Amino acid sequence: MKRHLISAGDLSRDDALLILDTAEELAQVSQRSIKKLPTLRGRTVVNLFFEDSTRTRISFEAAAKRLSADVINFSAKGSSVSKGESLKDTALTLQAMGADAVVIRHSASGAPHRLAEWVDGSIVNAGDGTHEHPTQALLDAFSMRRRLGPLDGRRVTIVGDVLHSRVARSNVLLLATLGAQVTLVAPPTLLPVSVGSWPCEISYDLDGVLPKSDVVMMLRVQRERMNAAFFPSAREYSRRYGLDRDRLGRMPDHAVVMHPGPMNRGMEIAAEVADSPRSTIVEQVTNGVTIRMAVLYLLLGGAELEGGAQ
Amino acid sequence: MSDARTRPTTANVSRAVLEGPDIQRALTRIAHEILERTKGAQDVVLLGIPTRGVTLARRIGERVARFEGVTVPSGSIDITMYRDDLRLRPARPLGRTELPADGIDGKIVVLVDDVLFSGRTVRAALDALGDIGRPRAVQLATLVDRGHRELPIRADYVGKNLPTAMSEKVKVYLSETDGRDAVVLIKEEDR
Amino acid sequence: MTAYLVKGASIVGGEPADLLIRDGLIVETGAGLTAPAGAETLDAEGLVALPGLVDLHTHLREPGREDAETVETGTRAAALGGFTAVHAMANTSPVADTAGVVEQVWRLGQEAGHCDVRPVGAVTVGLAGERLAELGAMADSAARVRVFSDDGKCVSDAVLMRRALEYVKAFDGVIAQHAQEPRLTEDAQMNEGAVSGRLGLTGWPAVAEEAIIARDCLLAAHVGSRLHVCHVSTAGSVEIIRWAKSKGWDVTAEVTPHHLLLTDDLVEASPAGAYNPIYKVNPPLRTREDVEALRAALADGTIDCVATDHAPHPVEDKEAEWGAAAMGMIGLETALPVVQLAMVETGLLDWAGVAQRMSIAPAHIGRVAGHGMPIEVGATANLTLLDPSARTGVDPGAFASKSRNTPYTGLTLPGKVVATFLRGRPTVLEGKLA
Repeated sequence: MKRHLISAGDLSRDDALLILDTAEELAQVSQRSIKKLPTLRGRTVVNLFFEDSTRTRISFEAAAKRLSADVINFSAKGSSVSKGESLKDTALTLQAMGADAVVIRHSASGAPHRLAEWVDGSIVNAGDGTHEHPTQALLDAFSMRRRLGPLDGRRVTIVGDVLHSRVARSNVLLLATLGAQVTLVAPPTLLPVSVGSWPCEISYDLDGVLPKSDVVMMLRVQRERMNAAFFPSAREYSRRYGLDRDRLGRMPDHAVVMHPGPMNRGMEIAAEVADSPRSTIVEQVTNGVTIRMAVLYLLLGGAELEGGAQ
Repeated sequence: MSDARTRPTTANVSRAVLEGPDIQRALTRIAHEILERTKGAQDVVLLGIPTRGVTLARRIGERVARFEGVTVPSGSIDITMYRDDLRLRPARPLGRTELPADGIDGKIVVLVDDVLFSGRTVRAALDALGDIGRPRAVQLATLVDRGHRELPIRADYVGKNLPTAMSEKVKVYLSETDGRDAVVLIKEEDR
Repeated sequence: MTAYLVKGASIVGGEPADLLIRDGLIVETGAGLTAPAGAETLDAEGLVALPGLVDLHTHLREPGREDAETVETGTRAAALGGFTAVHAMANTSPVADTAGVVEQVWRLGQEAGHCDVRPVGAVTVGLAGERLAELGAMADSAARVRVFSDDGKCVSDAVLMRRALEYVKAFDGVIAQHAQEPRLTEDAQMNEGAVSGRLGLTGWPAVAEEAIIARDCLLAAHVGSRLHVCHVSTAGSVEIIRWAKSKGWDVTAEVTPHHLLLTDDLVEASPAGAYNPIYKVNPPLRTREDVEALRAALADGTIDCVATDHAPHPVEDKEAEWGAAAMGMIGLETALPVVQLAMVETGLLDWAGVAQRMSIAPAHIGRVAGHGMPIEVGATANLTLLDPSARTGVDPGAFASKSRNTPYTGLTLPGKVVATFLRGRPTVLEGKLA
């Protein structure tokens, strides 16, 4: 493991498997009456959230607290903090406080990389702009593995606004590392122009891909995108790329449906699909705490590493 | 005492202090002692500390079953997250924790480890147990007690007391994990 | 005024010769000249003499952002970089869209005295792209403005661009276009390509530059006017300009030193760390293929000149997350070394070619009298002496510029400006301000 978790691409196959295996052990802790381990006693984890994301923040907070770390929540939203100068000033403050890890959510792609230049603690990327969200990809992989077993050769279809999705970027990288075959399905307007260089297949035809999918992951599509002409209307998007009951029926019996949340029911996913037993959406939330415990343990639970060394 | 021999793969001098039959006899004795001390091993749960303590717990359980026909549940308890020396090394992979279906509340838990040394591992195991449940009593079985305790901990069942120097290492090999049974004392040579 | 005898400099890379400078002119050339009484002798053996460099594209930031640069500090940097004239871009605060502002900038340049400052006038009032600024008044002012540009913003309205091109014909002006189709580049952060896709940064597609250049070439041809294309950055732009020139249209173009050397993958991986805004610039760094095309175009004359687009920013505007950071790089003090590295040491240009592209051509495009002249008897003594064998590690702390936003920190660059003469007066001697 490197010192930070900023990109899913930083994880080797061994790193990724170590995180998943560790999470598998830690999953037991969530079922005990005492859901707490003393491991990170005396360590400080700062949740630095420049964007509202109660779900992700609570997940990291629960993970850190179950490991007995001290948690400081620093919500920059609403204060005057929005420009880069403040990111550096904030970083210097955290540095002075002696944060062992900083969990950062920021609307600017690359903000965690910058933060890593300015503080000594481990940086965990909890979502940066339209770049990456590696712990989401890890919890997705963990949820898939619990349902389907090892991911080698598994066919994962990711559907929706890939262009603006940090979840998609992290998932493509991590799933490729874990040996899964990823297919991205989206209207061409919502794929990066260079997507051909990514370690995955591309399709514009959801119905053609569904029967060959072990996992179908639906991405959130913001309705505002249609105002920028990425697609003509919510109705047309839903018809061509939404997962409804008919399409669920075209998936193999064992295949599961995932969504990183928050969902637009009726847009990219029909309510009855989201609530079906094929859906892992609720497990994904539970698994989020477990995987974040594993990440925090592996980053902070040992001796401090010198600048990203093994 | 077995014959001393030098392992060619290292510059260290190794000496087998227990061979396969010695280990078997020690475990048999421990199984008998457990039966005796716990009056028939009622309510006993054997919890091994990974990796080799788990194997030893299973072997002891088999013997207890063979001698008296009682089935003693055995499992494993990983103590990694409770160690007091986590910061001395990079983060370690976790071992498995597998508890018997009935849990440990009200049971007599016999912790099983391969080597008792400073006592810190046992201290961690006691903390871990406390988070899992409330046993009626906790006892400790170890294949080798090599001395040099750093905490007020002693074993209830000992396969062999082995006087050692601090600079020496004790390594336990078990056929399930290592292809052979042996306890080896390794003297580090000055290099 | 003191006379100077420059001994043994290689004249634009040719045979070594001596140059006698007096009263602002080159008065004698040849071998074995002896210094007249009172003349100072400069041993220039091993140095290359170039006509004083002329920059068509400099941001001096004054008035308005004196925390980033002033005319004084910016022209010091220019002199140290071997420049004897720079064009100060109009995107100051207030915008240089009136005779008053351009005259103020021009006077500040005169007072500083490190090099000539030629103000660029804004094409539209407040760079807003809505109404033409008083181009004629700026042309007639003491600043004698001939280059007009909304640089930083594109004159994207086709009618307005056509009118501007037509209007400046009356006083031999030129419109220097910052070619960037605004709708295609909303919130654009870096070159659109494989790297931007991976990094999740909004792309700045090459087509947004090329579409405007194509349109403007056609407009310039239609109205028979002069078009200058600022900071060309893509291989496609090169093709369009080559085509326009083949038609005989009066289109000229510039390329920055950084676009001749750096590529967009530095945003993803560099010693300065990923997402380091030191590489954030507009137009953005492009790909290796673009760099090769730009070098070839500069070598074959499709691109007429090198212009620095020296864009100083204070530290806090760069020490930020990528999306919030300012665009731009400083370049006056590294321009000639980067051109030596990218063009001369690769065999694409000789020193005569460098003189053409960094002095003669830009002086001609900007109609800068007294600059960009051949080094011969009777010419104004605007000269740069360069030691091409020097190797210098780039240390931003050593720059005369007020800002430090160079992308070359830590690189070792070839070539060092030893002396700069402005009308016979040294502004730089022994590599230091005279």
